[in-house]
Amino acid sequence: MLCAPAAFVMVAVTAYPILYSVWLSLQRFDLKFPDEREFVGLDNYVTVLTNGYWWTAFGVTMLITVITVAIELVLGMGLALIMHRTLVGRGLVRTAALIPYGIVTVVAAFSWRYAWTPDTGYLANLITPDGAPLTERAGSLAIIIVAEIWKTTPFMALLLMAGLALVPEELLRAASMDGATWWQRFTKVMLPVMKPAILVALLFRTLDAFRVFDNIYVLTAGANETSSVSMIAYNNLLRGLNLGIGSTMSVLIFLAVAVIAFVFVKLFGTAAPGASDDGRR
Amino acid sequence: MTVPLAACGGQGDDGPPTINFYNPPIENMQHVIDECNAAAGGRYEIVYRVLPRGADDQRVQLVRRLAAEDDSMDVLGLDVTWTQEFAGANWIREWTGADAAEVRDGTLPGPLESATYEDKLYAAPNNTNVQLLWYRTDLVPNPPATWDEMIAQAQQLKSQRRPYQVITMGAQYEGLVVFYNTLVASAGGNILSEDGRTAVLDDGAVRALDLLRRFATAGVTSPSFTNALEDPARLEFQGGNAAFQLNWPYVYPAMQEAAPDLARNVRWARYPAVDANTPSRVTIGGTNLAVSAYSRYPAESFEAARCIRNAEHQKYAAINDGVPPTIESVYDAPEMAEAYPMKDVILEELRDASVRPLSPAYQNISTVMSATLSPPGDIDPQRTAEQLREEIQDALESKGVLP
Repeated sequence: MLCAPAAFVMVAVTAYPILYSVWLSLQRFDLKFPDEREFVGLDNYVTVLTNGYWWTAFGVTMLITVITVAIELVLGMGLALIMHRTLVGRGLVRTAALIPYGIVTVVAAFSWRYAWTPDTGYLANLITPDGAPLTERAGSLAIIIVAEIWKTTPFMALLLMAGLALVPEELLRAASMDGATWWQRFTKVMLPVMKPAILVALLFRTLDAFRVFDNIYVLTAGANETSSVSMIAYNNLLRGLNLGIGSTMSVLIFLAVAVIAFVFVKLFGTAAPGASDDGRR
Repeated sequence: MTVPLAACGGQGDDGPPTINFYNPPIENMQHVIDECNAAAGGRYEIVYRVLPRGADDQRVQLVRRLAAEDDSMDVLGLDVTWTQEFAGANWIREWTGADAAEVRDGTLPGPLESATYEDKLYAAPNNTNVQLLWYRTDLVPNPPATWDEMIAQAQQLKSQRRPYQVITMGAQYEGLVVFYNTLVASAGGNILSEDGRTAVLDDGAVRALDLLRRFATAGVTSPSFTNALEDPARLEFQGGNAAFQLNWPYVYPAMQEAAPDLARNVRWARYPAVDANTPSRVTIGGTNLAVSAYSRYPAESFEAARCIRNAEHQKYAAINDGVPPTIESVYDAPEMAEAYPMKDVILEELRDASVRPLSPAYQNISTVMSATLSPPGDIDPQRTAEQLREEIQDALESKGVLP
């Protein structure tokens, strides 16, 4: 009973909006035609799941998620090792590495957009003197991915650095006494000890990357088939005013995020921070 | 609790009601508002609230606040294509009685049609716009009357190795929809049924698709046609490789400033027709003034809107801000000749102008149309018409998915 206030708050701020979206997704509800609101069952799900635009956006989202998380893991690990081992100016190095994560995404995205705009941008003139990469699909996707990686690698590094701190110094020294090379110490000692931290970092970043919105909104606004699922849901809800279809997309995104979290927690055994190593509380 | 709320609402205990006028940024709008406030004699005070510059951002702000029943918006400056949507959603009030009679009196039919939804007047046309054909007299002695003539003239110039291109907007955006809509109306076709509830895409619409494809593949467009928006198109014409440009009137003053040598040889004519015997019907742009359904001062709002768009203020806006009037008599004012040397052609086009599909779902229709029509070179008239019919019908039934 003592947890009743907490439970009430959770229901009010989390469960109610989710249930309301589910309810909206079962209706034809278009603000443009208020008189034609009606219950349509799963029709909206059929519409969305048989639509080419939705699957294009889903593919773009998966592509961005997989590529950014993979690259961020490698770069983040490197950065974490550097930050962990730095002897001189440790605070300064760590602060400098975290700057991209501290900048508001929309602001950073604007600077990326201007950098890639021909005539005004330094990157466009330097790397593609004749082209405008943000007007083509492949170029736009590459720039979105680079912007995402630039922004969140420090976050990945921060989580991994916390994992590095868990590796006991004696274990490394013992391994080195036994003649293990640096690579062997890294793969056989550090990585297994860090596994919970790595999985948590991957889970956080995958969920985050799957919801990618602000970089795309500023860089291309979804032109040239670069919409992510969040972007297309925004377009249908706020620009299209179609609450039924837009809510359906939101529910589908929610389900996809739930599936990702389930896979990480149940199959890979990702533990919540503070839980024991085997993933059970 | 009441005191701070009253302060936000703008009606102090002593002052007159504030009429919040949300409109896109226009340089000399404040002058018009000052005059209207003086005319109101203290019964109300209009305050100009400037919307963002981009049309999409303007619409999203208005839509979000109206959906939340925000009562601090009174008079709304709407793009002509949003009027049906806002009326359909019951966000704006119908114009009735003397207010409506005053708006109908002397207003050009095209702009008036754009302000009508289900035979009722929902807005007052404030300004309008049409595209013209701009051509170079040093290359083309007589302007072409039809598209076929223009394509032939351009091809002939090309074979003579002289500047030949026909410049217009072909990128995947609203400009391409406007282009196609003009061709459909000029060919006597329809995109939607009369009541706006069914996608028809009749023979005229198919002929327009065929013409769009022929134009895109005739070798007379610029290389960047499929990526061209209004301003890049203007700049390209100023570059000197083109013989023709189809664009809004603003290109004329811009050209005189940026390319005076070229401007000397540039003249204007009516937008080319599809059939030699039927004049073109050009798609209008512009803004309408509507009164929010949630306004607390509807009577004052209607009065304020009428003042903002009266003949005198439309003339002032036309001369100082370059936006063509919607009241026909304003074109006869002597000052107009200098600001609009092309005013006779503009008026001629406006008298039988066409409007974009009148439906609350226009935003969605436009999005799917621009995606389907792009790139114009890949159009297969019958198949593309079939695809448009399906996607537009879905949009009308709230089943469409926006990309």
